[in-house]
Amino acid sequence: MAMGNEALFARGQMAYSLAFHIVFAAIGIAMPVLMVAAEVMWRRTGRAVYLELARRWARGTAVLFAVGAVSGTVLAFELGLLFPRFMEHAGAIIGLPFSLEGIAFFTEAIFLGLYLYGWDKLRPRLHIACGALVALSGAASAAFVTIANAWMNAPRGFRLEDGLMVDIDPIAAMGTPFALHEVLHTVLAAFMATAMAVAAIHAWALLRRPGSPFHRAALGLALAVAIPSALAQPLVGHMAGQMVARHQPLKLAAMDGLERTTARAPMSIGPIEVPGMLSFMAYGDADATVRGLDDFPAADHPHPIVRHAFLVMVGLGSIAALHALVTLLLCWRRRGLPDARWWLRATLLLGPAGVIAMEAGWIVTEVGRQPWTIYGVLRTADAVTPVTGLWLPFTLFAVIYVGLAAVVTAVMTHQVRKTTDAAERG
Amino acid sequence: MGAPELIALVLSGALLLYILSGGADFGAGIWDLFARGPRAHAQRRLVEGALAPVWEANHVWLIVAVVVLFTAFPPAFAALTIRLHVPLVALLIGVVLRGSALVFRQYGGPDSAHRWQHVFAVASAATPFFLGAVLGAVTSGAASERDLLAWIAPLPIATGAAATALCAYLAAVYLAVEASSKIGGASGETDPEAPTRELADDFRRRAIAGWIALAVTCAGCAVAAHLDAPRFAGRLFTAAWSAPLGAVAAAAAVAALVALVRGRFRLARVLAIVQASALLAAWGVAHAPLLIAPDLTVRGAAAPPVTLRILGPVLVGGALVVLPSLYWLMRVFKAPPPRPGDPRSGSPT
Ligand code: HDD
Ligand code: HEM
Ligand code: HEM
Repeated sequence: MAMGNEALFARGQMAYSLAFHIVFAAIGIAMPVLMVAAEVMWRRTGRAVYLELARRWARGTAVLFAVGAVSGTVLAFELGLLFPRFMEHAGAIIGLPFSLEGIAFFTEAIFLGLYLYGWDKLRPRLHIACGALVALSGAASAAFVTIANAWMNAPRGFRLEDGLMVDIDPIAAMGTPFALHEVLHTVLAAFMATAMAVAAIHAWALLRRPGSPFHRAALGLALAVAIPSALAQPLVGHMAGQMVARHQPLKLAAMDGLERTTARAPMSIGPIEVPGMLSFMAYGDADATVRGLDDFPAADHPHPIVRHAFLVMVGLGSIAALHALVTLLLCWRRRGLPDARWWLRATLLLGPAGVIAMEAGWIVTEVGRQPWTIYGVLRTADAVTPVTGLWLPFTLFAVIYVGLAAVVTAVMTHQVRKTTDAAERG
Repeated sequence: MGAPELIALVLSGALLLYILSGGADFGAGIWDLFARGPRAHAQRRLVEGALAPVWEANHVWLIVAVVVLFTAFPPAFAALTIRLHVPLVALLIGVVLRGSALVFRQYGGPDSAHRWQHVFAVASAATPFFLGAVLGAVTSGAASERDLLAWIAPLPIATGAAATALCAYLAAVYLAVEASSKIGGASGETDPEAPTRELADDFRRRAIAGWIALAVTCAGCAVAAHLDAPRFAGRLFTAAWSAPLGAVAAAAAVAALVALVRGRFRLARVLAIVQASALLAAWGVAHAPLLIAPDLTVRGAAAPPVTLRILGPVLVGGALVVLPSLYWLMRVFKAPPPRPGDPRSGSPT
């Protein structure tokens, strides 16, 4: 089906708004965990570096959280501004997870205010409890919004009558088979993306000032979050792949670039092709038949970027898991945090990998869902707004987001500099 | 009253709370624009200190309103976002720029404070205007799928101006309380810029100016309503409850002015909140049973009963979690600061 320019602008604006928001959302999920961990360590050990760390991280979080909140507000409206027919059909069904998400946001914002500005006003235990509630409600809000997305990929809880959803059951809708893997995979991705970036900042500082206790403490906490997530992520990813194989065979074919329906479908790992591997990964049976792109109408094929994005995600995920294993090994051998320069360099280099893998994974999920907005129910072309001239909001928000990204980078650089200088003084 | 009406009431409540809290945060930004004279810096610091811990929580009321709208009244959300695409985009740009400018100027280092001040102030002034304009267009039905600029009409413009005035007025009253309650506080001796009586007085004068602006713009709304939305204008006087609520608003307004003149700031704050709430309630009662004029009513746009049956308890449960937390947040940050040496001081800094 031909897709007009207007629809392309709408899809593009939705795509970059989400891609922008997810970075700050991931930070909003994981940073509270790191902050609270630092504060708990300070109370436990009495070492001043941990207090300094908790306070520095809190300042960064205040900035990033605010950008996450405003970009999320834009998204909530964009669901209607760009895809009103989607919300008109789906609002009554997936409004429930969004409402729960709203409640989670509220607790998150309230307790973040208490945590960030309540250092001198709350008792220590209460202050830590506020931080823990921020972390908890951050993960909850991510879970709820991801359930809404899982429903778009595997819609449940209604009967189709003349293309309309009737007899709706919002609770059954939340039980969509995609919910479990998407929620786990997304929360782990948030932890990986954030903790790997934080680890990289402090690895960089340690390369400049070897042995700084402040940065070693920070690196230790960041790795304590990054390593378990990086090790678990491929397992959850595998589970995601199996669910996709079962419910969205066309997406699976697009992910793996499988042109023809094949029994004992192979998978290439680098230059080597392992026969039956794809069949085994997808269905747990090396002889299973995997449906290829040729099994589906050409007009329905998602954009080939899905395959490249999938390779990027899996590649970076594998490297991150390897790095985690090596780090564990080094820690075990040295009975402490490694300080080899090559290892610090590798940690620095992997800083952006988590974020890139997360963005790539979302491209797999979202572009791979096309041409459907609600898989098998509502086509994207029918969900889009009748409003014309969408190039204008597309351009306006693009300019604003590029500007915001630049300023956030500058502000964070300023904060990191201050942290590094303070650590050098102290 | 059935489930759709109850949920519509919750929706209006969320919107009212957004205006009383988040709206006033925008209003505080407007006064930033007018910070002048020897105490300009102290004025800005008061605004910043008042906003920092609470603005994000206050902002969530808007999200709640949107989410309740698209869950409980999906066709109304679709109609709103299609017909009022332009002012909503403007509103969002204001939300984004205000929020980011606020944190950038706070955390961006010494020279960025100056740069972001103006973005913060201008975005704070523009956003309530577009919010008011959207509400005005929803009331008069001056919005159309075919003409995206149909909302540029007398009533939406007047309500936009009135919303701006209302936010500025509420903010000045709150800030007068904030300044007067911190005079000679814990940091009074050490901090040369701690609030003084003069600072509280600055905001008293501003509150009175805001009061006058609100009165003028409300009169403008009444005239515009007669031109633009005669049915609605008529109902403002005839709908049950609408006229009494209007009378309450007027009485509270007069009393608030007296309290301000006399320097009774805490009383003025209560009265201003009553005034704003009664004003908006009168408006809502006259607008009911419409949700989006001219065609979508609360009943007509409601989601299937099963959705409303689930949403109701979810909202009640949410309120049980959120309202006490919110109360605690306000108590911690809006109460007078602890005296030095207070055992509540948690950190060694
Ligand atoms: C740090 C980020 C990250 C890493 C290292 C991985 N993923 Fe991932 N992946 C995501 C981050 C992500 C995500 C958060 O971006 C997605 C998008 C939607 C979702 O639920 O998770 C995703 C989606 C996603 C999907 C599509 C699910 C769907 O459409 O519902 C599959 C099949 C995989 N992933 C598989 C993997 C495999 C086999 C990995 C092995 C290493 C892997 N992912 C690593
Ligand atoms: C999987 C994707 C998403 C995740 C993990 C996520 C997570 C989060 C988190 C953790 C926050 C808190 C703010 C922060 O930490 O910076 C947030 C804010 C927000 N998000 Fe998202 N979000 C996602 C997608 C969406 C979508 C699709 C919408 C559209 C409805 C949305 C709407 C919002 C809103 C309205 C806020 C602001 C809440 C506030 O004012 O505090 N998010 N999101
Ligand atoms: C935050 C991480 C996410 C990213 C990076 C992301 C990315 C994308 C991309 C790239 C598209 C455009 C696809 C295309 O048109 O080819 C898209 C579309 C869309 N996404 Fe997501 N997505 C995310 C999460 C979500 C969530 C959590 C929801 C809903 C709750 C959601 C709802 C939508 C909708 C409504 C569209 C537009 C309709 C469509 O194109 O099918 N997204 N997203």
